[in-house]
Order: sequence, then structure tokens, then C-alpha cells
Amino acid sequence: MMRKTLDNRAWLLVLPMGLLVAFNALIPLMTVVNYSVQDVFDATHRVFVGADWFREMLRSDRLQAALVRQFVFSGLVLLIEIPLGVAIALVMPRKGGWATSLTLVLVALPLLIPWNVIGTIWVIFLRPDIGLLGHFIDHTLGIHFDYPTVPIQAWVSVLLMEVWHWTPLVALLAYAGLRAIPDAYYQAARIDGASAWAVFRYIQLPKMRGVLTIAILLRFVFSFLIYTEPFVLTGGGPGDSTTFLSIYLVKIAVGEFDVGRAGAFSIIYFLIVLAFSYVFYQVLQRVGTGEKA
Amino acid sequence: MAKIEFKGVAHSYLRLPKRPEDYALQRMDMTFRDGGAYALLGPSGSGKTTLLNITSGLLFPSEGQVLLDSVDATRLPTAQRNIAQVFQFPVIYDTMTVFDNFAFPLRNRKVREPEVRRRVMQVADMLGLAEVLNKRASGLAADAKQKISLGRGLVRSDVAAILFDEPLTVIDPHSKWSLRRKLKQIHKELKLTLIYVTHDQAEALTFADEVVVLHEGRIVQVGSPTDLFERPIHTFIGHFIGSPGMNIIPCKIDGPAARLEGCAIALDPNYATRAARAKGTMQLGIRPEFVRYRPSATEGYVPAEITQVEDLGNYKILTARLGGHLVKAKVNEEIQVAGSAGWIGFPPEWTRLYADGYVLN
Repeated sequence: MMRKTLDNRAWLLVLPMGLLVAFNALIPLMTVVNYSVQDVFDATHRVFVGADWFREMLRSDRLQAALVRQFVFSGLVLLIEIPLGVAIALVMPRKGGWATSLTLVLVALPLLIPWNVIGTIWVIFLRPDIGLLGHFIDHTLGIHFDYPTVPIQAWVSVLLMEVWHWTPLVALLAYAGLRAIPDAYYQAARIDGASAWAVFRYIQLPKMRGVLTIAILLRFVFSFLIYTEPFVLTGGGPGDSTTFLSIYLVKIAVGEFDVGRAGAFSIIYFLIVLAFSYVFYQVLQRVGTGEKA
Repeated sequence: MAKIEFKGVAHSYLRLPKRPEDYALQRMDMTFRDGGAYALLGPSGSGKTTLLNITSGLLFPSEGQVLLDSVDATRLPTAQRNIAQVFQFPVIYDTMTVFDNFAFPLRNRKVREPEVRRRVMQVADMLGLAEVLNKRASGLAADAKQKISLGRGLVRSDVAAILFDEPLTVIDPHSKWSLRRKLKQIHKELKLTLIYVTHDQAEALTFADEVVVLHEGRIVQVGSPTDLFERPIHTFIGHFIGSPGMNIIPCKIDGPAARLEGCAIALDPNYATRAARAKGTMQLGIRPEFVRYRPSATEGYVPAEITQVEDLGNYKILTARLGGHLVKAKVNEEIQVAGSAGWIGFPPEWTRLYADGYVLN
């Protein structure tokens, strides 16, 4: 049997990592925990309130509405971006060469733009007077277009921007998955007399399972945390109609300077994301082992 | 029934081939008999897979015609040919059961379900996979997966030829043996035309009635395993087949003998007369199996320095230095080699001459 020696000097080896995690995660998180259990009046006056903020926030209609909005948004994002990304990957050129390189760069372009710039681009793009798309909808199609005041138009605009921004990620992942399929599969399918649909259904889709799982996970978490682009485009409006969780959080914390409520909300938000990350991590692990067979 | 004929077929992967080097497959005529078991043998890049893909229609040749049972099928799509192909790595449909994998080519061809069931059962029995029909194909071992790839060809009642592209590469040695036996048995029972690509000569020689040797896009020789061993028509085949390969030594013809550096080797007189008329660079070729060794001076033998003796159990391989050249001899294990001086003999009936690489007959 292996003998384990006890030596407290080993803690020194763990220390750098401990410090890193402390400054990176634990200390900021503790500040938030600190705020969430107190009512802070000013720099010197504060009262311990226990779980009151949590109870209040969980019952808050605005938070519940933002949560529902968030899930609907993330759901729609997945429903649109995953099939669209796969479709784009399928029509991208399969062989190497300059056409492939060019396509890859063009497809990846939206991913390379800073997020607040994306918001700004779309603000201009959607303006009914000088924006290409806004003007087209308003004048050419004759539909009155004013997304900052019409909730449904604001929603569609944010969704459209998100799809434009992030579908390339799905497309690139799916493309990588497609490229990894050996030629023999396509050749065997031709010999077996498989239709294009059967090739997609029984070869391409199953072989893309791994990358698509990753795509779904990434897109879900990213869209669940979305802040910058809708903040620039709509600022969460009109009213609360595009106020997603993070925008709502910033409204409470910075707008209303209500650090107690914001702290409690942060922790609830954090736990939701953590729960989803855990589930996704488990799924990913299983995908990994499934591929080995 | 599948007789496969190539008429003036050539293929280049370039769009505008100019020189002969641009062709992966040089212009060739070739007939694969109905029901024959052929092995395509050759080193990597010799055009084996190209030849196979042209036969199955995965590739259309740049030039020439492919005839299936005397009907022009040069541009016939793969799915409409009565040919199946098994690839180097097993191709299975991961999400399907073994049964559905077998049924796939039939269902794609709109075969009715009772017939599908009957054919699948039959093939599964033949391949010994009846027990796992309801299992997911992705969970099986490599040899079972390769059997599934093969089975997808066998279920089709129209299939008359099956092409194999190095199908045993990923199979472990024991399963290799049983899979190869299965193939032979299927060939016997179903009388299909089989074409089997490999670069493993042992595999080719045990599997095939006829071996087609390819080299640099050309068919160099078609013959039985014995032909290839005893009468290689090109020095490449001499080298490529056999272990160790044929001894190939540059020589000059001088009367009834072949003159090597510092010694003369007696030839069959008729053969020598013909050789004297041949043009080109002459080489003498003899298989190590036919080179004789004597420890002392013997009539008709030439003196040589024995530089190495490898004892390989039931035989020995001697390396002899003859002038500036090394000659290998495969001798019986009982033969004792004494010292570095020895005498080696070249029996005229097994001594061949090659002019510019091609054998003189």
C-alpha cells in the first residue's frame, strides 16, 4: 500500500492558486453576498436584514417577467441559430482553396466585432431615415418602422441582431464537424443509394452531434447573459419589453443604486447560470464518452 | 453476373493533364472475369484505389470506357451499378441498429419490408451477426463493423461484384484471419466477382485466384500467385513480391554466359542467344529461394564472400558478396555455413534476364 506522508509545507504549493481564486472569484462574490444581506443607507449606516432581499426579489413581478423574457429569448435564439448555422455550414465549400478561406473569413466577420460596436451598427442600420434596413422596411415595404417605441419591433430587432452576431459561431462549429467526416461515409452512402436527405439524417447530423451540443451550450449561456448589444440598441425598452436579466440587474444596481436588491438578484442569477452550467457540463461529459465507442 | 471490362481507361485528377506523370492511372485494358477473385497489389500511390473507384462509379475516368457485362457503364451513377464497395475504415450508420444498417441500401431502393427482413436475416446469419441485429451498430468491435459494411453489399440481390479497399487495415490479426476465411467462403457460395485492394502481398496471395500488380498507374502483371513468384515479368514485381525480394544484378551478355563483375554465370544456351539480341540495360534476376550454396568449390558455381547468415528458424538467409553486389540466398536450416568463403550457384532454369526492367522470354 502506498504510504501518504503529511507535510504542511504542501499548502505553499496550493497558495498561488488559492490567492488567484480568492481575488478572481471569492472576494468579489463575498462583496455581493455582503450587500445582499444588509440594507445599506450610506457609508456608515447599515442594517442586517437576513434573507429579506431574496424573499422580496423572488416575489418581484419585474424579475419574474424578466426571467420569462430571458428564457423565451434564449429559446428563440437556439431555435433559429442552430438550424440556420447548420444550413450555412452545409452550403459552405467542402474542399480547401481560396474560396473556402474567403468564405470562412466572411462568415467569421461578425464574431470579430466588439459587442458595443455591434449595437451601434444596428442602431444606424435600423434607423428609418438613414439606415439601410430601417429605410427599406419603412419606405420600400411601407410598414411603419419605429423599433424604439413598438415592443414587437424592438424584440424582432434584438433577435435579428443576435442571430446575425452569433449564427456564425454555430456555422463554424458545424462546418468543423462536417469537415471531420471521412470521404468513405459519403462514398458508402452513394453505393447504398442514399438520398441527400438520408445522408444528412444518418451521416452528417449524427457526426455533428458533438459539435452541435457544444454550440447549443455556448449559445444558451451566452444568450442568457446577453447585455451589451440590446443595451446599446434598445436600452431595455420600450418600457421593459426588451429588459433581459442582466439589463434589469444593472438597472437596479447602477440606475437605482439599490445594492441590497441587486446583490440578492445577482446571487439568484448566478445560481441559475451555475445550475445550467452543471447540467451542460454533465451532458458534455457524456457526449465525450459516447464518441469513443 | 458481373464481367468488368476496362477499355483504354485512363484517369487524371488534374483538369488538363498533359504529361504521362499527370495521370494517376495510365491508359489500360483489363478484364475482370465474372466470379473471379482478384487482388490489386501495389505500393501506395500506384493507382489501386483509383482503379477501384472507377469500377464502382465513385469516380468517372478521364478517358476510356468501363463495360459491365459488355454494356457501357462509364457514366452510370454508383447507386445504379450492381457493385458494392467496402472501405478501409468500417462505415456504419451510428444511430441505426445493425438490422437497420443492413436494411438501409434496400430501403433506399424501395424494397418491400418483408423482403428486406428476409434478406437481412439471411445475410446476418451468413456473417454470424444474427445475435446482435437489434443492437446499436456503433457499439460493436471493428471486425463486426467491417462485416456490417460488407453485409450492406451482400443484402442487395442485384449485387454481382464487391470491391474491397484494404478492408482489413484496422482489424486485429486474429479477426483478420477469420474475416478473410469468411470472405473466401462467401466468394465460393455466392460466386460474386471480388476485387480486393491491398498492399500486403501475403493477403493478396492467399485471397486471390489472380493478382493484378500495379506500379505507377500501370498494370505490370496479371497472373496467379505462382506466376508472380516464378515468372515475374518486371523487376518491380521481383522486388515487390517475395521476402526477401528477387536478387537483381546488373550484367552483360557474353556468349552463353551472363558476365557480372568478376565472374561469369552460365545460362541456358537458347536463352543466351536471345539475350544477345536484346537491347537496353541488362539485369540478371533470381529469387533467393533458387540460389544454391556450397561450402567448397563446385562445378558451375562461382566463389563469393558470405558476409551474413540470418537464422530464421526453418530456413537461413545468406548474404553473399559477388564482386560489388550482394546476393541473398534462402537455404535450408540444416545447411552449415563454414567461414566467409563460399560458392554459390545460379540454376539456369530459374535465372532470368531483364532488359530495361522487362523480362526476356
